[in-house]
Amino acid sequence: MIFEVFRQERKGQAFEHAGSVVAPDTDFAEAWAREQYGRRGESVALWLVPRDAIHDVEDWADEFDLKYRRVDGYSIKARLKEARERAASRPR
Amino acid sequence: MAAVEIPRDEQAFLAYVQDGGQVEVADWMPDDYRAKLVKFIEMHGNSELMGVLPEREWILRAPTLQRKLALTAKVQDEVGHAQLIYRVVEDLGKPREQCLADLVDGKSKFHNVFHYPTKTWGDVGVIAWLVDAAAIISQKALLKCSYAPYARIMKKICWEESFHILHGRDVILALVTGTQEQFELVQEAVDRWWGPLMQFHGNPIPKEEDPMYVWRIKSQGNEEARQQFLEGYVPQIWELGLTVPDPKLRRRDDGAWEYTEPDWDELKHVVTGHGPMTEERLAFRRGFLDREQWVRDVVLAA
Amino acid sequence: MNELLLGLADDELVIGWRDSEWTGIAPMLEEDVAFSSIAQNEIGHARAVYQLLSDDADALAFDRALDDYRCAPLVELCLLDWAHAIARRWLYEVADEIRITALMGELPLAAKINREEAYHRMHAEMWHERLRDEPRFRTAVAELWPYALGVLPPEQRDALSARVGLPIVDAFERGTHTDELAPLWEEMTVVRRSAPAGAQW
Repeated sequence: MIFEVFRQERKGQAFEHAGSVVAPDTDFAEAWAREQYGRRGESVALWLVPRDAIHDVEDWADEFDLKYRRVDGYSIKARLKEARERAASRPR
Repeated sequence: MAAVEIPRDEQAFLAYVQDGGQVEVADWMPDDYRAKLVKFIEMHGNSELMGVLPEREWILRAPTLQRKLALTAKVQDEVGHAQLIYRVVEDLGKPREQCLADLVDGKSKFHNVFHYPTKTWGDVGVIAWLVDAAAIISQKALLKCSYAPYARIMKKICWEESFHILHGRDVILALVTGTQEQFELVQEAVDRWWGPLMQFHGNPIPKEEDPMYVWRIKSQGNEEARQQFLEGYVPQIWELGLTVPDPKLRRRDDGAWEYTEPDWDELKHVVTGHGPMTEERLAFRRGFLDREQWVRDVVLAA
Repeated sequence: MNELLLGLADDELVIGWRDSEWTGIAPMLEEDVAFSSIAQNEIGHARAVYQLLSDDADALAFDRALDDYRCAPLVELCLLDWAHAIARRWLYEVADEIRITALMGELPLAAKINREEAYHRMHAEMWHERLRDEPRFRTAVAELWPYALGVLPPEQRDALSARVGLPIVDAFERGTHTDELAPLWEEMTVVRRSAPAGAQW
């Protein structure tokens, strides 16, 4: 079985995919992943997940360009410039 | 933002990777790219595994507990690298058992330096200091490999190799500041390893003609890598009072290094399985693979 | 106590040496990496115990005469067959646990060693589970059993017998070396002996 290994470098950080080990069961996968991904103390925790248990998601439809959801959907600069100019020319 | 579409056309794929694009295991790849990629990565895995054998002997002869531990850890890393690398190859479709069978049957290659004998503790230092340095330069040129799974494992590999260089430097410095005999151990090892080291990065094929560069599997040509090695390490060798056995070796005013042209036929001869230790080491590996088949059958079959 | 500690340290040194022989040639790459860590840990334990007994751990490890080593015969055997290597690992860990836990009261270092050995035991037990019905493994355990008994003093052997499930028999006792120690020592010290005593490496 192929086990995907996710490792956490320090408490509080996200678990990141680190690689995979081939093992017959979780006991062997654990023993081997401990060494391959932690023998230098470089991980505080590991998640071992059989590859078959992973469900891939890779496709997104973006047909209608929903700009309001993204940073590039707002053009602040031009309006800000205008607002500042108007504020400068307003009587106090 | 639309998802990145890997173009299913060799020219467009080429433009994509040359522009810095990367692909994952399930993405479409031209057949030529895939074939060259598997061969390249497999050779790397073979090299890590074969590199273990010359160093293994010295684990058993290490002269202090500290050196014993450090050398065992270094060799362990190399086995670990082989594991990472063969997993990448396996995900590309070639099972590890097949890679190992091809290796011991002489059907696949591994780097020239691992076809040579080690003779003294001086070799242990020179291998960790200079051979690993040459390897790291090649490996850093793989960090941006167009095939992303390989690029990702290179990060861990390069990180671990940095410990090896430190260890090598420490072994060498202890020897060159020890007795006269110990100093000579290092010089003699440098003299023997210099030829293979100069051949290590391969013949000076222009990078535009090197498929590995063209496909952006590696980001550097052979000559560039060799120049980087010379620039980084010849001054280190000289500052310790050691000499390099090449009377033509010198740094030009424009920063490029001149040297006696290595024997490229010899390199080809060695990597096609005719090095001084090739047969013996492959036979050693084959022996253990065969004797332990039952273990894999019992453990991995279930 | 010092004799006991020297025996413990020499056991860890020599089994660590033997286990390190597997680096690069274990049956699967993942196991190669794991086994190598175990070997390094054992050498580390040997060093820590030598440091209790002397200022110069390397001198104790390398520079004694052959007959001054106090290791048990079990660890001296060169076992480049996986069934035997794993059988020895397992038997040694079971015996070592009995020995180490008995020392926990008097030796702070024993607790540290014991914590690290927990992983060795997990590893050994994992292999034992998988191979217990494999004839090669059972034969190896039976062959090594008299040697395993020799790791412990007689008063601790009932505990070992109970855990392993084999009856007490005549042991290969500590105090006499097998003829496998001499070639190991030769190889272990060949580089060190090539320079004058006190040379730096």
